[in-house]
Amino acid sequence: MSTGTMTPYRSPHQPGPDGFAQLLRAEWTKLRTVRGWGIALLAAAVLAALATILIAGSANGTGNPGAQAPGPVDSSGQAVTDQFTFVHQPLAGNGSITVAVTSLTGHILQSAFGGSTPPGVTPLQPWSKAGLIISASTKQGSDYAAVMVTGQHGVRMQYDYTHDIAGQSGLPSASSPAWLRLTRSGDTITGYDSTDGRHWTQIGSATVSGLPSTVQAGLFATSPNVVIAEQGVASNNGQELSTVASASFDRLSRQGTWPASSWSSTIVGGGGRTVRKVIACGGACARLAPTANPGGYQAAGGTFTVTGTGDIAPYVSVLDPLGLSFKGALVGLIAVIALGALFITTEFRRGMMIRTTFTASPGRSRVLVAKAIVIGSVTFVAGLAAASVAFVVAQAKLNANGWAKSVYPADSLFSTHGLTVVLGTAGVFALAAVLAMAAGAAIRRTAGAIAAVIGLVVVPLILATLMPQTLADWLLRLTPAAAFSVQESSLIPHQVQQACLPYNGCYPLSPWHGFIVLCVWAVLAVGGAGYLIRRRDA
Amino acid sequence: MTGTQAVTEPVARKVTSRLATPAGAGLAGLREAVHAEWTKFRTVSITGWLLLTTVIVTIGVSVIASSVIKCGTSAKFCSVDPTVIGLTGVTVGQITLAVLAALFVTSEYSSGMMHISLTAVPRRATMLIAKAIVVTAAALVAGVIGVLASVLIGQPLQSENGLTAHNGFLPMSLTHGAVLRAAGGSVLYLVLVALLSLGLATALRDSGLAITVVLGLVLVLPLIGKLVFNAHWERRFQRYSPMDAGLAVQATRNVARLPIGPWEGLGVMGLWAAAALLAGWLVLRFRDA
Repeated sequence: MSTGTMTPYRSPHQPGPDGFAQLLRAEWTKLRTVRGWGIALLAAAVLAALATILIAGSANGTGNPGAQAPGPVDSSGQAVTDQFTFVHQPLAGNGSITVAVTSLTGHILQSAFGGSTPPGVTPLQPWSKAGLIISASTKQGSDYAAVMVTGQHGVRMQYDYTHDIAGQSGLPSASSPAWLRLTRSGDTITGYDSTDGRHWTQIGSATVSGLPSTVQAGLFATSPNVVIAEQGVASNNGQELSTVASASFDRLSRQGTWPASSWSSTIVGGGGRTVRKVIACGGACARLAPTANPGGYQAAGGTFTVTGTGDIAPYVSVLDPLGLSFKGALVGLIAVIALGALFITTEFRRGMMIRTTFTASPGRSRVLVAKAIVIGSVTFVAGLAAASVAFVVAQAKLNANGWAKSVYPADSLFSTHGLTVVLGTAGVFALAAVLAMAAGAAIRRTAGAIAAVIGLVVVPLILATLMPQTLADWLLRLTPAAAFSVQESSLIPHQVQQACLPYNGCYPLSPWHGFIVLCVWAVLAVGGAGYLIRRRDA
Repeated sequence: MTGTQAVTEPVARKVTSRLATPAGAGLAGLREAVHAEWTKFRTVSITGWLLLTTVIVTIGVSVIASSVIKCGTSAKFCSVDPTVIGLTGVTVGQITLAVLAALFVTSEYSSGMMHISLTAVPRRATMLIAKAIVVTAAALVAGVIGVLASVLIGQPLQSENGLTAHNGFLPMSLTHGAVLRAAGGSVLYLVLVALLSLGLATALRDSGLAITVVLGLVLVLPLIGKLVFNAHWERRFQRYSPMDAGLAVQATRNVARLPIGPWEGLGVMGLWAAAALLAGWLVLRFRDA
């Protein structure tokens, strides 16, 4: 940094090697000494936390069918989807089972589109699955491990609902079957796949604690519901239709002690229950009559055909009360945006100040970077405090209001979920302030800068609920609003087929990917503002 | 500040003496005040830019929405309201209009011009009304152009996408009474947003604060209302938050099932604007400029 010939007052304190520390200090002093700004920051934090808690507090779970788990819970108490056709025999002690899958096909069980397959829907679902499973029992929610072929995701090993490991790729056929093997040894179940039944590759190994000495092992098939989001507005419109998968198995072989003499078939979670439902359909969709579960199996000459519908996966609510409560932080966010803009526009307004600043440190881009660091840090701390309190209290309020813990778990602040929401929200505060500061430097007018940044950050959220889904998805991918994905709490795991509707607070990008979009915006804005500020007179 | 006053006082006195009628009856001098405000308004370059942006953004967002909306071949399976989609741009266009209205007042405070204005037109109400008239006229022009173009450009795009009477939709055509009401109501809504912003800016006297509060009321309040998992509170938000209530006027489908009727909703928005103007007047009246 060259200070020129006229050296203004220098602090007796030794500056950093390049004087940047001094620059930071100067900006920090400017921020700290304006009393209104301190109050604004405090107000932003308090309002953000308060609004979030109030929304969570008003969220009435007892009157909302989505607040409870619609199905079973697993051994850890989390809600799961557990519905499949299970052709099984007891396996006493250790042992293994091997089979070749020669085909996997699917069809739509029912359709609101006159019985035909709705446009754009493939009969076989990406996560239709069939293969081998070792389960503690035939009850829903049992601990299990399974290897399977899937509609579009190749061979997988899955266990205890949440775990999913990829094996070889491709859909099986009669000419190129997929060979699967499951081996039980104590609490450890290992899955293998093979293309020829001779050379085996281990996919993964699962520790399934709490398996009884005699488990149920055998073949299964199931196929998840397909969600057809209405092509219109990205609101809560859509239909969920049941699909059916059929798989052919060949050359079944077993090792170990199998005390039963024959196979029996159980439709897990299928007893007399209807298999299709219409999710919120805007009042416009016709309700269809429920159908009986079509699951079952046929065995002929060592060949099995198993047909099933449902899924074995974590249950994720389409509702996201915690994530949506966190939109209350928007109240604080707009105050933070205003503060970010004011942090630089007030210097322009009092023309003298910005000239003094630039005389003291002629490296104008460095001034901008120093300002970004100071306003970013301060708003990050405010956001962190607000989000931490809000996260803990809002979760407790939701659970107290009748939102079941099995679906809406009370996660610790330091769990991945907690850290993502809290650090992410703090990061959104910081980057929105930096964005506003950069906009202020470029536009030089407080109102213009604030309106521009609120327009970029908040308006896409509104438009996403009004516009057609395709456009809404792009808005939430490209605009800074993508970063609100860090607040999403009902995250849809990759192995669950569920429509991601912006109206329900679902974002097309994963939390940290969305956050990166905002980072890019902030960096480009500071860069652009630096360029403008160097070219223009102060 | 005092320097400015000292220089302008003789001029101001002259102007005042001409403007203030002896009887001081009602809003005498309003015509001159409007003329003065209009001159201040149109001679600032930012006015033109913000109005142009309002028009472009309103049309742009509306037309994009109309061009991508697709909803199958039957309104039975699609709850979309073509007119609401076709006027989506109003949601974005209102922002620049609010900025324009806020700056119209606050720039006078930050530059010290307000002293001159109030010296010239000492009657606070007269000045505020004059400003409101100018802002209304500007918002009307921008609103009519923006909304009319949105409808005229969007309609053929929508019918290409199947939002036709044949498929059971009410097409966004001004020949239908409901669509005409939606279009006219949208223009009025834009005017009311501008007046809300003008009133709040007059009360708060700071452009940054004013625009944050206005956008908070207009944009953030309805967003929060949509998130409340409480039917009672959701309905309250939809009935009483400025944008949700105000834009009820755009609905042409299931109007009877709306949380608030089209005109009643616009009326709620009108009350917000009136309250803001009243607050502005009270601050002008009882606080030194």
